Amino acid sequence: MARRLLRENGRNLTGIIILSVIVWFIGWFETTQPGGRAFSSLTNGIVTFDTITRIGILTIILVGLNLLMGYAGQVSLGQAAFYGIGAYFSAILTTRAALLGLPETITGQWWWPWLLMPGGMLFTGAFAYLVGRPILRLKGHYLAMATLGLGIMVNIIFRENFGFRLNTLDLTGGSDGIHSIPRLAIGSFEIWPIQRYYYLVWLLAIGGIILALNIVNSRVGRALRAIHSSELAAEVIGVDTANYKTTILVISAMYASLAGSLYAHFQVAVSPVPFNFVGSLELVVMAAVGGMASIWGAPFGVAVILILREVLRARLHLLIEGASGEHEVVAFGIILVLIMIFLPDGVIAGMRQGWEKWRGSGRKTAVSPVATQPANTSKEVQQP
Amino acid sequence: MAEQRKLWIKRVVNVGVPLLLVALVFYLGNQKGFTWQQYAQLVVDGVRGGAIYALIALGFVTVYNVTGIINFAQGAFVMLGAMLAATVYELPLPFGDGWRLVVAFVTAVLLTTLVGVLIERLTIYPARHSTPLTLIIITVGVYIAIQGIALLVWGTNALSFPAFTTLGTVDKTIRVGGVVLKAQSFWIWGTTAVILVLLAWFFDRTMLGKGLRACAINRQAARLMGISTHRMSMLSFALAAALGAIGGIVLAPVTRPIYDMGLRLGLKGFVAAIMGGLVSSPAAVLGGLLLGVVENVAAGVTKSGIKDIFAFIILILILLFRPQGILSKAQETEKV
Repeated sequence: MARRLLRENGRNLTGIIILSVIVWFIGWFETTQPGGRAFSSLTNGIVTFDTITRIGILTIILVGLNLLMGYAGQVSLGQAAFYGIGAYFSAILTTRAALLGLPETITGQWWWPWLLMPGGMLFTGAFAYLVGRPILRLKGHYLAMATLGLGIMVNIIFRENFGFRLNTLDLTGGSDGIHSIPRLAIGSFEIWPIQRYYYLVWLLAIGGIILALNIVNSRVGRALRAIHSSELAAEVIGVDTANYKTTILVISAMYASLAGSLYAHFQVAVSPVPFNFVGSLELVVMAAVGGMASIWGAPFGVAVILILREVLRARLHLLIEGASGEHEVVAFGIILVLIMIFLPDGVIAGMRQGWEKWRGSGRKTAVSPVATQPANTSKEVQQP
Repeated sequence: MAEQRKLWIKRVVNVGVPLLLVALVFYLGNQKGFTWQQYAQLVVDGVRGGAIYALIALGFVTVYNVTGIINFAQGAFVMLGAMLAATVYELPLPFGDGWRLVVAFVTAVLLTTLVGVLIERLTIYPARHSTPLTLIIITVGVYIAIQGIALLVWGTNALSFPAFTTLGTVDKTIRVGGVVLKAQSFWIWGTTAVILVLLAWFFDRTMLGKGLRACAINRQAARLMGISTHRMSMLSFALAAALGAIGGIVLAPVTRPIYDMGLRLGLKGFVAAIMGGLVSSPAAVLGGLLLGVVENVAAGVTKSGIKDIFAFIILILILLFRPQGILSKAQETEKV
């Protein structure tokens, strides 16, 4: 056991170092531009620096989502709602604080947006706690659908400005959303152009990964895996399942909220669209592609999906005559289906299995608990 | 004693909460100065939307019962049905308007059914041993692909499809004491009723229908009795696709068909299915009708922009308090 843990930690350390080096290299390349070539020239202009920064932002959500879905086994089809709450929290309180009666002397300071990030995380966490207590009683399909409904409701609230007649107090900006959100700054040092913001995003993303790895290898992590394998058994041996499940939902919501704040200051505008049902689905797709039962699946899944989309957008017309941006959606759906049919544990696990099969070693591969659950028992599992 | 008191509290809640809600509706409505015709209009329109939800919900229930999958592509069948029917109707066929309508209807339903079968064979069947979550994601992927194809074929413009009959009036409506009834509403209600009777006959009287029911009750036992569960899975998708397509076609004259209509309708149909407990067809139909009325009235007295929110409030309340559906008693969820 101890040896396994050591090996795991060694692997994780290697992973963090490799990820940091990649992040540093891309950042260095874009900043210094050796030979006058920007980063995007390495990929023929398909994958831009902007995309790499977005991968960082989404990685933060995905780390939280993997904790929730891969480790605790609780499905969320509404994660974009928490992402949106974080983004709107930052957006509203930086641009419309005066409407809420907050004094200019506080909201005009450079540290105000920074303060809003943990503030938004606390707010989103509290919201997740309130809705999580009742919703997490549900299991399987039912939980998935409740989170789906929740996500759609939150999105409608963004779009309809809470749905009340708040003509005098326009908080969310309706379907136009909020724009001219200020950039982040430390004193007079603005975290922009994008190279600076890129380092901030990835610093937080790697920090989030390290934190999540620690959660996974702690008492909480073991409790979560116990819940995943069998909630009843976990309860019998004294795990407070309801408490742990709510805790992990709150943590994942806080991750999403942080990403939302970063998104708001990156895009300097928010609208309801990225946080809708489709947004939630994309997050689940990224989790599934990366492999849910692994924190490392998070950056990988996001990178695969975002880069795939860019590649399709740029190169699909070579495969199909006269293909345009619209074809990309079709290809996206089909690729998603293919991945789920042939590599249901995610691309990494699928490749590893393929590799070991090819090497012919009889060693048993580490298959995620999600995948080993036989399908024909699913019907019993779903019942509430 | 304590149990008796609990029972009474339950009864008071069961009667009191709906009464309070109705009172709230009338309060909000009166603030807007609604007349009784306007209330009746909201209810009638709600029942029309609800009948469509019911048809879609039946598709969800059939697939879920037989395969244990929640088929997110259900909304795509609705969209395909409506879009195909509108396209076929526009073809220069050598018949009169009425026959073109019939040809469009039949062609669209058959093609959509074919798509349903293909989807089951190509995506669900190869992944049948996967986890429920994987299967859900697969159906989502299928939905994305179909909607994308629809976007390519038909573009972003809404198509149009004529009302089936005009009821002899110019504006295709009749009025009963100030309440406007669209001619198409009768077609929607009539179609739903006919489908229900046909389905009841199919499940009760035919060998195939009995096979489907056997699969729903116990897949292993059904297989041991010589029923091909693979074929039943395919059949359930075909049936769901046909139901979705019919729903889409009868709705097409009321709501102009557009490539992205499937998602919203699919989700509403799903809420209706959940209201029925996800396993019972009659309860799903009732759920659909109820959902249509509730959301239309609630949106009418508040704000039309937040119409969709009510469906999902209902969804969460049902999941939390009556996951077995609005009709069945608590114990009955154990079976299936």
